[in-house]
Amino acid sequence: MNDETRREMACQELVEVITDYLEGTLAEVDRTRFDAHLASCPSCQEYVEQMRALVRLSGKLTTRSLEPATVDSLLSAFRRWRDSQTGL
Amino acid sequence: MTPIAEMSSGEVDLIDRLRNGDEAAFVCLVNTHSASLKRLALAFVSSDAVAEEVVQETWLAVLTGIARFEGRSSVKTWIFKILANRAKTRAIREKRTINFSELEDPSEPDHAAVDPQRFLRASHPTWPGHWTSPLEAWSGSAEDAVVSRETMDVLQRGLDRLPPAQRIVVALRDVHGWPAMEVCEVLGLSEANQRVLLHRGRSRLRGTLEGYFAGNA
Repeated sequence: MNDETRREMACQELVEVITDYLEGTLAEVDRTRFDAHLASCPSCQEYVEQMRALVRLSGKLTTRSLEPATVDSLLSAFRRWRDSQTGL
Repeated sequence: MTPIAEMSSGEVDLIDRLRNGDEAAFVCLVNTHSASLKRLALAFVSSDAVAEEVVQETWLAVLTGIARFEGRSSVKTWIFKILANRAKTRAIREKRTINFSELEDPSEPDHAAVDPQRFLRASHPTWPGHWTSPLEAWSGSAEDAVVSRETMDVLQRGLDRLPPAQRIVVALRDVHGWPAMEVCEVLGLSEANQRVLLHRGRSRLRGTLEGYFAGNA
């Protein structure tokens, strides 16, 4: 064990490694430091919550689907393709 | 070598039906994937109309290529790879300045996740690297039940303004919920690089929302 494992994680480091933390790819020793810091830092607790909220909201963004005209054109193309296939 | 994403029996069935000219199978595939394909295309090209064209070209390529598709990857991965290649080609043809170097080498220096000015210096006697002032809570504004149309618009615009590489990864991971491995396979990224892009994109978006909520306090 070296000094790294005993060194407290500061807020500035936490905001840089938070994605690794949420992905579960943070090294064990750093995850321990992360959790230890979080336990006593309301601002970082808020930061983590904000990140989680962001991901949740992103999942609610609606996606734009294709224009009806495009779908029609695709169906026509499909039929042409199908009809040109021998042996079907 | 076992394929990363094995096809479900449903997928195998769909491909067989497509090969046999089954229109319903084609419609099913188109309906299932076109929204995600379009979002991916929009990360590369400049307009809705061009994105639609790219998606259309992709489906045509799927039809002409389906006879040769061997099923070593999932059909979804195969389709999205075709899309990614076509979108990149189109973007280059449009001479749109897209910085793909970030996609290739995310070790390039970038802005910090949060403005360094918001932290105490490393030389601070008691709290080096700590927040200079407490973080403003969002609670209430970002809760799902009460989140406003305007908040979602701000988020959407923030996503649209991200650098393309970050936008693609955040869209696939967080908007469409793809697992990391699928994103890596379609975009040809290492897991580590994908994570860097995800981190940068999310950090910027958090900052965007923070700015919006602070302005509306």
